[in-house]
Amino acid sequence: MLNFLQTTGAHIIDTLSNLGKATLFLFNVLLGLKDVLLRPKVFVRELYSVGVLSMLIIIFSAIFVGMVMSLLGYITLVDFGAEESLGLLVSLSLIRELGPVLSALLFSGRAGSALTAEIGLMKATEQLASMEMMAVDPVRRIIAPRFFAGLITLPILTIIFMAIGIYSGYLVGSVWLGVDDGSFWSQMQSKVEFRHDIVNGIIKSVVFAFVVTWIAVFQGYNAMPTSEGVSRATTNSVVYSALAVLALDFILTALMFSNF
Amino acid sequence: MGSSRTAEITVGALFVLGVLALFALAMNVSNISSFSADKGFNVTAKFGNVGGLKTKAKVTLSGVTVGRVTEIFYDKKSFRATVVMAIDPQYDYLPEDTQASIYTAGLLGEQYVSLEPGAEEVSLKEGSVIQLTQSAVVLEEIIGKVLVSLTTK
Repeated sequence: MLNFLQTTGAHIIDTLSNLGKATLFLFNVLLGLKDVLLRPKVFVRELYSVGVLSMLIIIFSAIFVGMVMSLLGYITLVDFGAEESLGLLVSLSLIRELGPVLSALLFSGRAGSALTAEIGLMKATEQLASMEMMAVDPVRRIIAPRFFAGLITLPILTIIFMAIGIYSGYLVGSVWLGVDDGSFWSQMQSKVEFRHDIVNGIIKSVVFAFVVTWIAVFQGYNAMPTSEGVSRATTNSVVYSALAVLALDFILTALMFSNF
Repeated sequence: MGSSRTAEITVGALFVLGVLALFALAMNVSNISSFSADKGFNVTAKFGNVGGLKTKAKVTLSGVTVGRVTEIFYDKKSFRATVVMAIDPQYDYLPEDTQASIYTAGLLGEQYVSLEPGAEEVSLKEGSVIQLTQSAVVLEEIIGKVLVSLTTK
């Protein structure tokens, strides 16, 4: 009995201390904004490796998600003679839910895991420790540019995901399935509101970007400096990001869209 | 320097693509250019029953959207439902005895407010109250009436 209590307590203390470490770490990273702005060259390189390299997978999945949404929606709507609402269905589900969530999940798999592995390996090969020896703060020089690069690029990738998804849905709906062009767009335009739907979708993706990159860089920085530790940190980074994104998505949806 | 140049170019392309996508979303997908409720003038109308009317429902004039419903609440003095509508300022010439009715778009569609202009000289302005109203039609009431008229023959 006492052993059970002890293991439970140890777990809780462990979790809390990790949470505290992560928060302090985040605070340090945010303070590094100044150093990021002073070194635009380094920042651009991170924007490239975090953002541009994730662009292909985002565009590719957006095309197929849009096409599948359009096809499935058509099969359901045509039974009610409401296939004109196809544009509305595709655009609202992409803008409110699928765009932010799928981009964040893909981003955590493509860029988040790479960040964790890179930083964890730097720690395992004592590159971070040697930077400290040279009085260079690794949090500001290594972590902060990567964090801000993720924070900026994921919302942009999400917007691209939404737009490409809607256009590929239009392609399937209009060209292949024969839904009327005019009503596809006009139904969409009459119901999708810029300030309510699109801005909230973008706010969602900013929150996801913050959480996903925070988890990724913290897992890398906090990894055990062994090959096993790095592999575990990478796994944790993707798993925690996915769980956090899905849970936060429910909370954000409840806050933003539940009054309808 | 070659690789740094490609990085800069592609990052620039990413940002431009993002801005273009946002522009496409704003212009093509959403109704950013059409009427938004916060710049119109407010008019109230009291209904016996608003049915399934919701805020943000359309207010139409011969089928043309001229405003949005901004607020629906129950007035405890008159014991009737009060609907506040924001009407686009360009339609400030509606007569004061305009009638407001709640209709349903299609058989199962959503409900909206339809205005029918009257003949008064004075026109509606901020804070005006529409006197002539027609409540929403509740399907159960009609079925009930039909059943009664059929069985009492």
